[in-house]
Amino acid sequence: MTALLETKGVWQRFGGLIANSDISIAVEPGEIVGLIGPNGAGKSTLFNLIAGVLPPTQGSILFNGEDVTRLPAAQRCQRGIARTFQVVKSFETMTVIDNVIVGALIRTTVMREARRKAYEVLEFAGLAARANVLASELIPSEKRRLEVARALATEPKLLLLDEVLTGLTPVEAQTGVELVRRARDTGVTVLMVEHVMEIVMPLVDRAIVLDLGKVLVEGKPADIVRDPKVISAYLGDRHAVGA
Amino acid sequence: MDNSFAQRRRRDLLLAAGFTAVAALVPLFVKDVYVQNIMVLTLMYAALSQSWNILGGYCGQISLGHALYFGLGAYTTALLFSKFGVLPWFGMIGGGLISAVIAMALGYPCFRLRGHYFVIATIVIAEIAYLLFLNWDWAGAALGIDIPVRTDSWLTFQFTRSKLPYFYFALGFCVVAWLVTFWLQDSKWGYWWRAVKDNPDAAESLGVVVFNSKMGAAAVSAFLTAVGGSFYAQFVSYIDPESVMSFHFSLLMALPAVLGGIGTLWGPVLGAVILIPLTELTRSFIGGSGRGVDLIVYGTLIVLIALARPEGLIGLFSRKRKGASR
Ligand SMILES: Nc1ncnc2c1ncn2[C@@H]1O[C@H](COP(=O)(O)OP(=O)(O)OP(=O)(O)O)[C@@H](O)[C@H]1O
Ligand SMILES: [Mg+2]
Repeated sequence: MTALLETKGVWQRFGGLIANSDISIAVEPGEIVGLIGPNGAGKSTLFNLIAGVLPPTQGSILFNGEDVTRLPAAQRCQRGIARTFQVVKSFETMTVIDNVIVGALIRTTVMREARRKAYEVLEFAGLAARANVLASELIPSEKRRLEVARALATEPKLLLLDEVLTGLTPVEAQTGVELVRRARDTGVTVLMVEHVMEIVMPLVDRAIVLDLGKVLVEGKPADIVRDPKVISAYLGDRHAVGA
Repeated sequence: MDNSFAQRRRRDLLLAAGFTAVAALVPLFVKDVYVQNIMVLTLMYAALSQSWNILGGYCGQISLGHALYFGLGAYTTALLFSKFGVLPWFGMIGGGLISAVIAMALGYPCFRLRGHYFVIATIVIAEIAYLLFLNWDWAGAALGIDIPVRTDSWLTFQFTRSKLPYFYFALGFCVVAWLVTFWLQDSKWGYWWRAVKDNPDAAESLGVVVFNSKMGAAAVSAFLTAVGGSFYAQFVSYIDPESVMSFHFSLLMALPAVLGGIGTLWGPVLGAVILIPLTELTRSFIGGSGRGVDLIVYGTLIVLIALARPEGLIGLFSRKRKGASR
């Protein structure tokens, strides 16, 4: 089976700072993969590289076997990569449904069709009741769900979720977990960044841990949580790891 | 799925048809030439502001240099007619196309600028064009162009005896600009533009090609603005750089939309209906040198609006429908 997404030796430097160093990961179709790691580990940067916000300093990114390293973000979305932003970026002066229509318009230019599709996605995401409300009037958890809905409306093959469950109440987070699961059940592959281990670990099939821009370990959630390297990275005691 | 959206669209169309019918009947009762003149200008600025709103309001690229496209329309028409005898209708289309191309050529570098830098660039570019025309001898330089008078007809688009044909053209122009906006608003372009305005990064991530969206908006906006300039040249039958390309026009195109409601379907019309008669009355009240004063009037209005109702006067009508996509 060929991987849906593959990064090959990807580097990202910001001046003297190395945000991603030699990252090679693969995501198989149908998986939910967790990307975890402490603050500043380079998770969002890797998302930006995969989504095409900026080209990597070095290395290449393959999607569905195609080299997309130099493709702009809009074209990657066309290929089937959709993402949410860690800091939500709703279209604030537009209604909830109009936000989602923007996403739907990449697959159809017939407005009636886009509108129908958008409404369908809103129902899927549990936001249908808020369809005609301005995005600026949503509460934070709804805004996160809107980001997911908007991304789903583009009919992605790969969905990149950047901390969509962070900062939610336990009940809201559980709803979010369900949403991610249902999205996967419709055939979407998910790569998600999350901080809160207790929430992500039961959800993901596999986890990749980043630390200081490098892949620290990857594997089954159960093994990851017990890995001493991971524990020390999270506790910040990096010297505890035998160098 | 609710159909409030379709209902709103239908209501907008009906309103537009109603307003147009009423406006078309007004000259039957208002015979005063001075008032008719104001009505023509009001309709013209409503249409111009509607055109400006496509780029500035929907797409969020605030231009204070639209006088450039207005002037290009006016000059193309006047030059083609006075130098080569080409009918104004061709000048109108030609001026529109030239403006659209120039808007895209200028957009190529300028759309990489963000926020204030973009606004300043538009002002500077229009000012440069103004200076070029001021010194361009073949185009009449500072003396301008007197459009040669032929017989009154729709063919030559000249009417010396009555303002009415101009009035009906201006009304038609206004309706066309409105319909174009109405149609674009519920098209892929309309959604792309609003997405670009609200958050270009998010837009790009959803497949919106931000740069092309801006280019498209600029082309449509400039084309329609040039049509207005072309009309204006015929209406006043004499143009010079000061009377069609000065900064004053850029302001007069932007302000009605800002006043009425930027990025809304009805904002420009509402704004023009309030602002233009006010401008003209102030001007005649103060006398020939009223130009400085009307700027004070605009400035005051805009500050008041910005403080009290940043979404424009249209907000007064839609308070109940808060959240409706206008
Ligand atoms: N555009 C940029 N310019 C310069 N430095 C950047 C840029 N983007 C990220 N960085 C830096 O790169 C490093 C990795 O940041 P990144 O946002 O990828 O981390 P993260 O793992 O997502 O962290 P968090 O959990 O806090 O979201 C940080 O030190 C950050 O300051
Ligand atoms: Mg991050």
